[in-house]
Amino acid sequence: MLENIGRFLSLSDANVRFVLLGSLLIGSTGGLLGSFAVLRKRSLIGDALAHAALPGVALAFMLSGSKALPILIAGATLSGVLGVLCIQFIVNFTRIKADSAIGIVLSVFFGIGIVLLTHIQRSSVGNQSGLDKFLFGQAAAIVNDDLKVMSILAIFIITAVLLLYKEFKVLIFDPGFMQSLGFSTRLVDLTLMGLIVLTVMVGLQAVGVVLIAAMLITPAVAARFWTERLHVMILLATFFGGLAGMTGTFVSSLAPRIPTGPVMVLVATGFFVFSALFGPRRGMLARWHRERANRQRESRQHLLRACIELEEQQGRQHFSPQELSAELQWPQQRLERQSKRMVRAGLMQLRHNGWSLSQQGREEGLFVVKSHRLWEHYLFYRDILDMDHLDRPADEVEHLLTPEIITRLENLLEREQVIDTQRIVNIHASSSLYRPGGQDD
Amino acid sequence: MIEISGTFWIIFTAILVASSCSLLGTFLVLRRMALLGDALSHAVLPGIAIAFFLSDSRAVLPMFFGAAVFGLITTLLVEIFYRRWRVPEDAAIGIVFTALFALGVVLISVYAGAVDLDQECVLYGEIAYTPWDMLLWDNTEIGPRPVWILGTVLLLNILLVVCFYKELLISSFDPAMAVSVGISATLMHYLLMGAVSLTTVAAFESVGAILVVAMLIVPGAAAYLWSDSLPKILLTAVLFGVISAVAGYYLASIWDSSIAGAMVVVLGIVFLLSLFLAPRQGVVARIWQRLILSLQMAKDHMLLNMVRREEVAQAWRWSRSEIIGAAAVWPPIARMAFASLQRAHLLAIADGEVRLNESGRQRGLQLLRNHRLWETYLAQLGLPADHLHDPADAVEHFIDGELLQEIDAEVADAQVDPQGKQIPRID
Repeated sequence: MLENIGRFLSLSDANVRFVLLGSLLIGSTGGLLGSFAVLRKRSLIGDALAHAALPGVALAFMLSGSKALPILIAGATLSGVLGVLCIQFIVNFTRIKADSAIGIVLSVFFGIGIVLLTHIQRSSVGNQSGLDKFLFGQAAAIVNDDLKVMSILAIFIITAVLLLYKEFKVLIFDPGFMQSLGFSTRLVDLTLMGLIVLTVMVGLQAVGVVLIAAMLITPAVAARFWTERLHVMILLATFFGGLAGMTGTFVSSLAPRIPTGPVMVLVATGFFVFSALFGPRRGMLARWHRERANRQRESRQHLLRACIELEEQQGRQHFSPQELSAELQWPQQRLERQSKRMVRAGLMQLRHNGWSLSQQGREEGLFVVKSHRLWEHYLFYRDILDMDHLDRPADEVEHLLTPEIITRLENLLEREQVIDTQRIVNIHASSSLYRPGGQDD
Repeated sequence: MIEISGTFWIIFTAILVASSCSLLGTFLVLRRMALLGDALSHAVLPGIAIAFFLSDSRAVLPMFFGAAVFGLITTLLVEIFYRRWRVPEDAAIGIVFTALFALGVVLISVYAGAVDLDQECVLYGEIAYTPWDMLLWDNTEIGPRPVWILGTVLLLNILLVVCFYKELLISSFDPAMAVSVGISATLMHYLLMGAVSLTTVAAFESVGAILVVAMLIVPGAAAYLWSDSLPKILLTAVLFGVISAVAGYYLASIWDSSIAGAMVVVLGIVFLLSLFLAPRQGVVARIWQRLILSLQMAKDHMLLNMVRREEVAQAWRWSRSEIIGAAAVWPPIARMAFASLQRAHLLAIADGEVRLNESGRQRGLQLLRNHRLWETYLAQLGLPADHLHDPADAVEHFIDGELLQEIDAEVADAQVDPQGKQIPRID
């Protein structure tokens, strides 16, 4: 085992180098084209394409008697494309929907492939051992000649993507705009489809028809969690794909009984799970963190507002926990937890006669109250909502209002003579100076 | 004692697999859940494998249990990825089933030597070994184990369809109505998914985890082309399944190959035939309908052209080739249309000059009236004058009887159309 690892990592064996380079190429082209496929909502076309390629591989072998990769790939491409055309035909000409059409083509072509393969296996032509690697993949079977074919195809694919990057980008994000510029979206779409076909064919031998769809989908979706920019996503997907490809090859070279394809897929899935958890903005951890921070800010602002409004009503600055929890309609424990947090943050103080706001707390509290009331005024005077329905929407939005928005709101309401900016009063209070249209009583 | 041959048991097993799959698969097709079915049948593999290793045999219950657990995991993971992690739904399905299937294959490969379960079995099953897998009862053989398992599953599936027939029918064809009459869409969804997991596991040993997808989806989809009524679709689907089982067995023995694969090939042929030959949905029927329609339209346009000409110049004469050229359709169709007008005695032909005879003129005026009434009607709806002709052109062929009376009432007493042309009166 150790000996194996050493031999593998030293790269002294020429065959190891071929296999590694091959799986790197497969993984990275998969990630590259997969990004476009996933964003174009064509994730599962790759699956149908790959399954549909199987009878082509078998037929190419039966007709030519050769196991040379270019011949097998040619056969695979023909039957893969035929499969995709069949899907189109079924969807266009019958009432059968796309999902069923994909399922039908995928499974029937695969069935034909299995019949051909088992027939080859059982007949005297024998020696089908070269073909069953197309099912679950066997990267170890990559030899120098195969690598040449793969490299040429991979270089072609990468060049094509570089040249057509802008077209693909527009196609994905704004096909309508593309058409209005006079480009044919159909043509670009077909080109993209053609490149996806080539990518699948490059990987067929090493990953296998059953699982190669994952090499398109999984790295791309994983990369999506790290960025909002297309070129970063593509680079990352390429990286994830390449790494998954090499790791898969490495593992299956240690234990040759394990086919390469499934290992690659599992490594890629690992990248996906890692990215989904730890991705900076879209990741679960970041989202959970953000949601928690939002909830905490909300609680803090509610408590601050309650203190300020109680001060206005009662004319004193110290309140018992009972008063506060009644005002907020919070359970006692929640109030206590939140208050302690506020004390730690220097926003409140606990004296013998009750809770009170600190200087800093009062400043922030006044801002919160101002936001809340300005927003209520705005909703009310713009006739967006009536008096009875103001509190909740104002509540939901006020936490998101920034000081700039507040200033703008203030200027706007002042210009329309709705408020006196020096004194923003509670719109619900009966002593309010302000009425619709800015008229005094 | 009657000796039952191995061939019989294999075909019988195949029939059981095919009919339980087609029964359920029809609903997958109708409810647009084909890909979820596909994903599920792949994703239960690790469950089967783990149960296999733990129980060290092909005991049925652990396998069902393992598959049920992984079926549930699949459905849950797809939901989580899609709803919580915001991965597009098709990508989520793709990630989940490939990952689980890969896990299953790795497990099976790692323990390959240790147990009697290998990659071939995953790919295309071992239906050919059915006759050697006899169950014993009191030291008597009571039929192969797979027959008993699949028979039970088939009965369960039939029971499911019979008991929930109304619910399945409504929620498949009209989900909104299903909700409004209080049928739980979620319950139906999970019942079906559960049944699909169960059937996949039962079929796994016989046809493998991938080919079972074809048995699920293809018969239902093919049957859907033949009929509009659910009972007929279900029966046709099962019939197709049975045909594939019998024909598949013989195909595989004639052309030495996998029986399960050959069954799928037969299903493919059945689907292809349905695709082209089904009475109303088939491609041939549709092309035929389209041909009839364009012939009708070409005939109408010829009559209209001639009537319009006569409006301007009473004594106008056309040659046959002029009429065909002016019809603005593919010439062979135009020639057929001309011949058909001639056969219907609507034309008067003398010395290569073509005119309308009285009945032809009546028919042409009728069409012209339809066209101009429709234009008037559209103008009343507020369509601008230069957008009237084309829609009227498209609709004029289909206006008759009741609709004509309605439009007549709608645009009462219109004498001229919006372009100021006379609307002909028909007595």
